[in-house]
Amino acid sequence: MVRAASILPLRLDHLGYRVGSTQIIDDVTCDLTGGSRTVVLGPNGAGKSVLLRLCHGLLQPTLGNVRWSGSFSGDPRLWQAMVFQRPVMLRRSALANVTYGLKLRGYPRADRIELARTMLDRVGLGALAGRPARVLSGGEQQRLALARAWALDPEVLFLDEPTASLDPAAARAVEEIIDAIHREGTKIVMTTHNLGQAHRLADEILFLDRGRLVERSSAAEFFRGPTSAEASAYMKGELP
Amino acid sequence: MLDIGAAFATAFALITGFDPALRQIVALSIAVSLSAVAIGTALGLPLGAAIALARFPGRRAVIVVLNALMGLPPVVVGLVVYLMLSRAGPLGSLGLLFTPGAMVIAQSILILPIVAALARQIIEDAWAEYEEQLRSLGALPGRAVWTLLWDMRFSLVTVVLSGFGRAAAEVGAVIIVGGNINGVTRVMTTAIALETSKGDLPLALGLGIVLMTLVLLANAAAYALKETALSRVG
Amino acid sequence: MNRRFTLALLLALCAAPLPTAAQDKFIVVASTTSTQDSGLFEYLLPIFKAKTGIDVRVVAQGTGQALDTARRGDADVVFVHDKVAEMKFLEEGYGVDRREVMYNDFVIVGPKSDPAKIAGTKDVAAALKKISADKIPFTSRGDRSGTHAAELRLWKAAGVDLDAVKGPWYRETGQGMGPTLNIAAAMGAYAFTDRGTWLNFKNRQDLHVAVEGDSKLFNQYGVMLVNPAKHPHVKKDLGMAFIDYVTSPEGQKTIANYKINGQELFFPNYRKERS
Repeated sequence: MVRAASILPLRLDHLGYRVGSTQIIDDVTCDLTGGSRTVVLGPNGAGKSVLLRLCHGLLQPTLGNVRWSGSFSGDPRLWQAMVFQRPVMLRRSALANVTYGLKLRGYPRADRIELARTMLDRVGLGALAGRPARVLSGGEQQRLALARAWALDPEVLFLDEPTASLDPAAARAVEEIIDAIHREGTKIVMTTHNLGQAHRLADEILFLDRGRLVERSSAAEFFRGPTSAEASAYMKGELP
Repeated sequence: MLDIGAAFATAFALITGFDPALRQIVALSIAVSLSAVAIGTALGLPLGAAIALARFPGRRAVIVVLNALMGLPPVVVGLVVYLMLSRAGPLGSLGLLFTPGAMVIAQSILILPIVAALARQIIEDAWAEYEEQLRSLGALPGRAVWTLLWDMRFSLVTVVLSGFGRAAAEVGAVIIVGGNINGVTRVMTTAIALETSKGDLPLALGLGIVLMTLVLLANAAAYALKETALSRVG
Repeated sequence: MNRRFTLALLLALCAAPLPTAAQDKFIVVASTTSTQDSGLFEYLLPIFKAKTGIDVRVVAQGTGQALDTARRGDADVVFVHDKVAEMKFLEEGYGVDRREVMYNDFVIVGPKSDPAKIAGTKDVAAALKKISADKIPFTSRGDRSGTHAAELRLWKAAGVDLDAVKGPWYRETGQGMGPTLNIAAAMGAYAFTDRGTWLNFKNRQDLHVAVEGDSKLFNQYGVMLVNPAKHPHVKKDLGMAFIDYVTSPEGQKTIANYKINGQELFFPNYRKERS
């Protein structure tokens, strides 16, 4: 899909995030460009989730900055969406959860409903549109979260361990949807613990260890053999 | 020795006899307390939710004060409202003293902090769960207030009920600003006070049983509503 | 959808007709709890309303409070029973056209066991002296009411310096006649009450009339219009209609007709010349 203006590339410039005496993100500099699927790997506590939240604007950096491309005007958040490990659903129908975000962006009512139904169909939840979202299963709710995000037509989709709480079948369904979203032109930035998943989905890998960006390479290169000591240790299973 | 049996018999006779005086008192009690609840929640829910989401200097002090105001003594509220509405007071020309309107005002003041303080707690807890997702979707705090109020509607029913319970049960405020005038501002609680002072204890107790039955029914209805709806909607 | 409906329902409930100010003709009469507890108003006011169409809203407090309410302009008419306080009210310019309407009497009630041995006496001064000397439990209203003022005057007339002899035996309840009698009944104490409240009082338990008939126990009721010069919003015409009625032959007869168990509570005594 061709966009009139783009918020990419995203520039992280000596990004730092500190809480109390702990430096959670430490001097991260990198550019994220469109088209590819970026997967962030790292041991527990490396700061993967925090990095995503800094990029998406849910957290404010204590040092450095997060810079989206200057070629558009308005709030960059409107061109992004995020899916969390545990989906947060409003106490209303599945359909209403999807139309909620569309309403925030000013879509007229008829358009909202039609677009929401389309999205629900695409994630396989068409029959459950009228069902209260909170009674859906974990896997269904996560697919609903994806439908909700997809409906917003984001240029960048952040996903924080989206399948960590799901059984393998549900996880596969989610991966297929992520793939479909990407094929339509959305940049994917995702964290995961699941190396198999990273294999399946990543075009490039960002490896974080204790808040620092230790290694960055294409997925093919990374899985052939990571160059950094930390990444090697991680892949051998020696880091948590 | 007080005859509890006589009291229950009196209460039963009152209810089944559809005594018109009793009906008028009960209807007025419900009208006054429900009106006060409507006003108190219309103002209190958004106020509580706004405090839950906003961050400003002195916020913690505001919360402490709000919680403390839940314990506002009804007589004190009654006295202050009386002084405001008296002809000798600033709002005397409204002619509201000794009318049900004054009672509604006084009870609204009692209910408002209860609703706001409890709503604040509920919404603040909900915000902890919803904040990231709502902000990600682009909901500004002003918008999020209404989204959360609607999402927590079942818990908030309990809050509204607490407000109603407080209003229906109090006598200190309404007796001062209403004057307990027969047929005009006499409600269940003030009628009980009057009959007690006249020494007609079985009647007073009978009225008390009617009042508590009403409050019990309101609570049961709200509970049933909450349970069935919650199980359907999650 | 649901949200809008509930909101509309709530608003409709608010708008449900509540009698507020200024609908039909009505006046606010500040009177005393003794008068209300006697049941006189429940008898008299419907008759007055049927005749004139005027709704009389009685706010019942102690005499002191009732007069203060009128001073603030929150009532149109006062109907109390404490001549000294009423005259002061009149002199201060808050009231006009005071008329004496009716009288009843006070009695002292006490437990049947009669610990002070005063039952049956007609001499209230002697009875009070005995009670204070033997420190027999006695409940007083202590609330600046007409009844309380009369009680204090009788202690003084009996030569008893109440402040000097006050002790645990003298219980001031700070409340109306009814609650004070409740407490006396529960404690087995003596109490000073107006006969109207006593006849209508349903929780007597062990209490009965111990002292009555002394001329000093006379209790006069007076009615006044709140001065429109001080409070222009006072409903002068409607207020005077009420005052004229209770002092008219017809109204006076109605008052005399109010009985409990065949016993008349109030004795009308309006005389045009007196004031």
